[in-house]
Amino acid sequence: MVTVPRQRIGDVLLRLEGVNLAFGGVKALSQVSFEVREREVCAIIGPNGAGKSSLLNIINGVYQPSSGSVLFAGVVRRAMRPHQAAASGIARTFQNIALFKGMSVLDNIMTGRNLMMRAPLLSQAVYWGPAQREEIAHRRKVEEIIDFLQIEHIRKTPVGRLPYGLQKRVELARALAAEPRLLLLDEPMAGMNVEEKQDMCRFILDVNDELGVTVVLIEHDMAVVMDLADRVVVLDYGRKIADGPPDEVRRNPEVVAAYLGVATDADRQAVGAG
Amino acid sequence: MQFFFEVLIGGLLAGVMYSLVALGFVLIFKASGVFNFAQGAMVLFAALTFVSLEERGLPRWLALAATLGVMLLLAMAIERLVLRPLVNQPPISLFMATIGLTFCIEGMAQGVWGSVVKGLELGIPDTPFEVKGVLVSQFDLAAALTAGLLVAVLALFFQFTRVGRALRAVADDHQAALSVGIPLRHIWGVVWAVAGAVALVAGLLWGARLGVQFALSVIALKALPVMFLGGLTSIAGAIVGGLLVGASEKLAEVYIGPALGGGIENWFAYVVVLLFLLVRPEGLFGEKRIDRV
Amino acid sequence: MIYREAGQFRTTYRADQRIFPIVQDRVVVAALLLVAFVVVPLFASEYLITALLIQWLILSLATLGLNILTGYAGQFSLGTGGFMAVGAFATYAFRLRAPALPLLLDFALGGLCAAAVGVVFGLPSLRIRGLYLAVSTLAAQFFIEWLLTRVGWFTNYSASGVISAQRMVIAGVPIDTPARRYLLVLSIAAVLALAAKNLVRSRTGRAWMAVRDMDVAAEVIGIPMLRTKLSAFAVSSFYCGVAGALWAYAFLGTVEPQAFDLDRSFLVLTMVIIGGTGSVLGSFLGAGFIVLFPIVLNQFLHGLFGEGLRPGLLPNIQLFVFGSLIIFFLIVEPHGLARLWQIAKEKLRLWPFPH
Repeated sequence: MVTVPRQRIGDVLLRLEGVNLAFGGVKALSQVSFEVREREVCAIIGPNGAGKSSLLNIINGVYQPSSGSVLFAGVVRRAMRPHQAAASGIARTFQNIALFKGMSVLDNIMTGRNLMMRAPLLSQAVYWGPAQREEIAHRRKVEEIIDFLQIEHIRKTPVGRLPYGLQKRVELARALAAEPRLLLLDEPMAGMNVEEKQDMCRFILDVNDELGVTVVLIEHDMAVVMDLADRVVVLDYGRKIADGPPDEVRRNPEVVAAYLGVATDADRQAVGAG
Repeated sequence: MQFFFEVLIGGLLAGVMYSLVALGFVLIFKASGVFNFAQGAMVLFAALTFVSLEERGLPRWLALAATLGVMLLLAMAIERLVLRPLVNQPPISLFMATIGLTFCIEGMAQGVWGSVVKGLELGIPDTPFEVKGVLVSQFDLAAALTAGLLVAVLALFFQFTRVGRALRAVADDHQAALSVGIPLRHIWGVVWAVAGAVALVAGLLWGARLGVQFALSVIALKALPVMFLGGLTSIAGAIVGGLLVGASEKLAEVYIGPALGGGIENWFAYVVVLLFLLVRPEGLFGEKRIDRV
Repeated sequence: MIYREAGQFRTTYRADQRIFPIVQDRVVVAALLLVAFVVVPLFASEYLITALLIQWLILSLATLGLNILTGYAGQFSLGTGGFMAVGAFATYAFRLRAPALPLLLDFALGGLCAAAVGVVFGLPSLRIRGLYLAVSTLAAQFFIEWLLTRVGWFTNYSASGVISAQRMVIAGVPIDTPARRYLLVLSIAAVLALAAKNLVRSRTGRAWMAVRDMDVAAEVIGIPMLRTKLSAFAVSSFYCGVAGALWAYAFLGTVEPQAFDLDRSFLVLTMVIIGGTGSVLGSFLGAGFIVLFPIVLNQFLHGLFGEGLRPGLLPNIQLFVFGSLIIFFLIVEPHGLARLWQIAKEKLRLWPFPH
C-alpha cells in the first residue's frame, strides 16, 4: 500500500456543512458534513443509491442543496451554478461519459480550455493574429496533458470511435485541461478491466502528486479505494456514516452492515476467528 | 357581447379542426417517437383521393372505403421504405425524413389527382342556427362532434384493447416493449394506419370547409403550434391546445387585427405558443424532460 | 499514388492547424480559386453564370448560415427565409435612405440587422429545446413575412409590394453585367466561407458543437449557454441576411417578401441535409446539388418522354423525386455529400491500393 507523506496535505479546500437535498419527497442527502483538504485524495463510497453522485452534483453546482452550505477556496455559498463552479476551479468527470461525440479527442480537450480563451468573435473569424496565437498557446498546454495521459496516438480520432477505457481517459484529460484545484471523478474506473484500472489509478495518483490537484472520487472497487485514498467518506441512504482513513473506515461496523447487511453472532464469530 | 360569443365559438370550432390534425401527429409521436411532419400532406392526400374517386363515379361509401385502404397502403409503404431503414438514426434524421416524405406525398397527390381545387360536399348544411341569440354554424358543430367521437374511440382503443396497450408500451420505451415480445414493426404499421385514418377524417372536414386544395397542407402546419402547446405526447393536449389556438386566433384577428392592418392569423398562433412555451417549456400536458449527466 | 501524405511532416502546431494541411489539397484549392476568379468570368456563358453560378453561390451562403445554426450548434430552425428577407429589406432601406454609404457596407448592415432579429428569436432557445424550438423560428418566419408585407415603410409605400433593387455601384464602377455580379457574389462568398471555417475551428465553433452534442455537460464544464446559443443565432442570421440581400440585388433585381417564404426555408434546410450538417464544404455541395437537380431532372424526363408529359405534372414529379432524394440520402449517407467526399478522398489516399 502506498504511504502518503502527510506534509503535502494543506488547509481545508472544500467543506460541506449540514447539506440536505430533497427531490420531491425523496431525501437524497441528509445533514451531510465533511471536509477535504488541499492535495488530499478523498474517496466517497457507499451502496448504490446512497447519494454519492448527488453529492458530487452539489459540489459543482448542478444541484442546489435545500439547506446547508458549501465552502470552496474560502468562499461560502449555498447555491452555485455549474458555470461558476467551473470558473472557480472545480472540474469533473461523469459516470456515463459526457464527451462530445461529434468532435475529435483534441477538440474535446480544447473545450476544457474554453473558460480561459478570450479572443472575441470577430478576431476568431479572421483567425490570423491574436486568435491564432491564443489557439496555439492553448494547444500547447493541451498537448502537455495529452502527453501526461499518453493519448497522443488518438488525438485526431473522433471520440465516438474510441473504446470505453480510452474515452474515460479523454474525459479525465478534458477535466485536467481546465487546470482545476479540485477534481471530481464519478466512478472513473467503472467498466474497466484490470490493466485499465491500474493505468487509471496510476494517472490519478500522478495527477495528485505531480499536478497537486485535490481529488474527490466516487468508487466501488475497495482495493482501489484502499490504495488511492487518504480519507474515505461513507454514505448510506443519504447520510454520512463514516469518515476517516481507509483502514479505520474498513473496520467500522456500520459500514460493514451497510454493505453486507447486519452481522449476526455467527458472522462476528467467523470474522473474529479469521 | 353576442358578437364576442359568436367569434369565440367560431374560433373554438375551428380549433377542433386543428386538433384533428394535431391528433394524427400526437399518435405517431407517442407510439414511435417520430415527429411526422408529413401529417398535413397526408390530410391533403386523403381528401384528394376521396374526392377524386367520387368524381370518377364511385358511390360515397365505396370511395370512403377505398381511400381508407389507400391510406393503409401508404402507411405500410412508409413503414417499410422510410422508417425501417432509419431505425437507429437520431430523431432529427427521422424528422428530416418526414420532411422529405411531405414533398413525396404532396407531389404524388397532385401528380396523380391534379392540382385543381375541388369542392367536397359532405351533406351537412352550413346554415347557422341560433343558440340563445348566438349564431352557431351547423357544420362546425358537426365537425366538433365528429372530432369528439373520434377522440373518445381512440381513448377507449388505447385504454382497453390489447393493441392499444401495446401502443402505450411502445410509446414509453421501445427496447422494453421489444423485450416483452411486442412486434415493433407491426405496431408502427398500425399507428401510421390509424394516423392515416385520422388524417382522412380531418381531410374530409377541412376539405368540405375550404375546398380540397394545396393550401390544406399549409393549414396543417398550424397544427404544429397546437401540438407544442398541448405537449407532444398528450392527446388531451392536442384537443385543448387546438381549442385554445383556434379561439385566441379568431379573437385576435377580430379584435386586435384591424389595429395592426389585418392578416395576423398567419403568425398569431405561433407567437402565442412561443410565449407560452417560455413559461412552460414542455407544453400544457407534456412530459418534462430530465437530462441526467 | 498522387494523394499521398507520406513525407509531409508537420513540425509546428501552426502547420497542423491549417485549413488544408496537405500540400495536394492546397494546390487543388488554389487552382479552383484561379478558375473561379479568372477563367469563369472570361469564358463562361451568360446562362451558366446567371442561371447557375450566381444562384449557387448565394444559396451556398444561406445554407452556410443555416448550417452554422442547425449543423454546428444543433438549434433547429425553419426561419431561414425570414432572416434572408430581413437582410434584403434592411439593405434596401439603407440604400434608399442613406445613399452615401458604400454598397458593401450596406450589405454588412443588412446582415447585422438580420443578426439582431436572429438573436431576438433565438432567445427562447435558452428555455425551449429540441424540436419545440421550431415554433420560435416558424414564428419568426411568419411574423417577418407579415411585417414586411403590411408595414408600408419597408416597401417605401409601393402599391404592389414589390420594389426594384437599386443599381449596385462599387467605387464608381457599376455592377451591371453578369460577370461583374458574379465576381461580387464570389468574393463575398469566399470571404464569408473563410470566416465561417475560421470560426468553426476556433473556440466558438467548439462551443457550438459542445452545445449540440451534450448541452448539459457543456454547461457543467463552463461553456456559457447564453452567449454560445445567441452567437450561433447571430452569426447564422448574419450569413442568411447577407445572402438575402445578395439574392435581391445580384440575382432577382427586386426586393420582395415572396422570395423568402417558408418554401425558401425548407429549400435551404434540404440543402443542409443533403450537403451534410456541420460542414462548410457540405453547404456548397448541398446548394450545388439542389440548384442543378431540377435542370438535370428536366433533361432526363424530356429525354424519356419527349413532349408527351401532361403540363403541371412536371413540377409534381420534381417534388416527388426531391422528397425521395432527401429520404434516400438520409438512409444511405446521413452525413450528406460532405461525408461522401471525405470517403472518396480517403479512398484516393490509398489508390491504387485497395486498403
